[in-house]
Amino acid sequence: MRNFLDTLVNRQDMIISALLEHMYLSFVAVAIGIAIALPLGIVITRYRRYAEPIIGVTAIFQTIPSLALFGFLVPILGIGSPTALIALIIYALLPILRNTYAGIVGVDGSTIEAGRGMGMTRTQILRQIELPLALPFIMAGIRTATVLTVGIATLATFVGAGGLGDIIYRGLQSYNNSLVLAGALPVALLAIGFDQILKWIEKRATPKGLKT
Amino acid sequence: MIRFENVTKRFPDGTEALKDISLVLPTHELTAIIGPSGCGKTTLMKMINKLEKPTAGSIYIDDNPINGMDEVQLRRSIGYVIQRIGLFPHMTISDNVALVPKLLEWPKSKKEERVRELLELVGLDPEIYMDRYPLELSGGQQQRVGVVRALAGDPNIVLMDEPFSALDPISREQLQDELRNLQQTINKTIVFVTHDMDEALKIADSIIVMRDGQVEQVGTPQQLIDEPANEFVRNFIGVERINQKRTFGEKRLIEFLDLFVTDWAGDAEKISADATIENAFLQLDNSDQNYLAISKGGQVVAYANARDLLKAALVKETGVLA
Ligand SMILES: Nc1ncnc2c1ncn2[C@@H]1O[C@H](COP(=O)(O)OP(=O)(O)O)[C@@H](O)[C@H]1O
Ligand SMILES: [Mg+2]
Repeated sequence: MRNFLDTLVNRQDMIISALLEHMYLSFVAVAIGIAIALPLGIVITRYRRYAEPIIGVTAIFQTIPSLALFGFLVPILGIGSPTALIALIIYALLPILRNTYAGIVGVDGSTIEAGRGMGMTRTQILRQIELPLALPFIMAGIRTATVLTVGIATLATFVGAGGLGDIIYRGLQSYNNSLVLAGALPVALLAIGFDQILKWIEKRATPKGLKT
Repeated sequence: MIRFENVTKRFPDGTEALKDISLVLPTHELTAIIGPSGCGKTTLMKMINKLEKPTAGSIYIDDNPINGMDEVQLRRSIGYVIQRIGLFPHMTISDNVALVPKLLEWPKSKKEERVRELLELVGLDPEIYMDRYPLELSGGQQQRVGVVRALAGDPNIVLMDEPFSALDPISREQLQDELRNLQQTINKTIVFVTHDMDEALKIADSIIVMRDGQVEQVGTPQQLIDEPANEFVRNFIGVERINQKRTFGEKRLIEFLDLFVTDWAGDAEKISADATIENAFLQLDNSDQNYLAISKGGQVVAYANARDLLKAALVKETGVLA
């Protein structure tokens, strides 16, 4: 315990900069993941026969072990943060895409028919009915993607992209358990913290009339 | 007036839902479309606001063909109530009712005034209900909101697809009565889809009986009972109901006074409360007036028109409407 605290104090700067790097990687990956998966999820609800194949492809990416994916991307993209980001984005896509699609498809057909019958345009139906009602699902997808990404970002160190994985890796190489812990603990706290914050947002995103 | 001219609808899978239908739905009347499940009632109704488009034939509203009209604009000018209520669960009652006025970009004060007026019309206190959400209301209250939401943009035409079928029998009866009374004030052209003959007989000015994508008979409730066009219509109305009318036709008006209205400003012909329903029908048929003034001991105690008499004729022994 003493050791661990000493390590924290002595390597403070290194840990904080690794933490910031880690947050940056995760945050950017999730943000780009949302920017791709949210519109794509909406589009495939309009062209449902393409939905299964597209979700299927992202699901296949998801099954590739993360280390293998990083290893696979290095020969193509070289070393550095872009490579790590691309790998992380690939993992972030599926939960957001799947939940956006399921959330919108799950909106009661009679509600949408009522909107159409009263003269709402497609865009109005999307914005005023489908998205608000699907929002809790979409937020849950973003939450899953975030927690996943924070965990996997630990591997960014193998492509030289830094993050808390650096600290853990160094600790492992020098048989310094305190250092391993000083890297692993913030990852866990980060994941739990994001999870809680997003859970709170998810709750707030649930339309008022649907809370019981 | 809504007019169907040789309208056929074939779905991509080959189902022929409507077969060469020609019809007129008169203005200011409540027309019920009735028939067994799958006979094309909903499809017929959705043609009017272009939720479905005819494969062949045309539809006219007041002699203007709708196929040239912009569908979004058209729908905003036609009220629409669907079977499964279809209120937006994430919007307050007020926002639900104000939806079409909002689409039509009415000013805020006009919207709010309209919402209050409409909620009051169906007995929902605006102060209590405006800010509630649909799921906080009972089924009957929700469907009342569904009905007034369709009236919000002050449309001339209102389409209702089995609006009360999901309700319990008591709320259903209540809403049927309310709709009938409402129609006396608002005088819209209402197209009302149902599969319930009691409902159709009770609320409709005229009834269109459909089977298998075709029209079997068009007539007033009275005409359908008196002269069913064929075996199908007879069975659909129910032999029971036709016979019931015979036996109950023997009953006296005095037993049904509570079904009749107590005041009526127009002309009416006098009849004794001791007369039978049968006689009342006969007298009304031969009279120039639409109403009978029912008198007991020299005093007029109630007024009845053909619909009221029919209601009385259909009442079960217990005194509760079938
Ligand atoms: N979108 C559709 N595609 C194919 N067939 C349909 C479609 N909608 C309705 N139908 C068919 O058309 C017929 C009439 O349907 P509908 O108008 O809904 O009947 P009703 O409202 O009288 O129960 C039914 O046989 C139904 O299965
Ligand atoms: Mg139907």
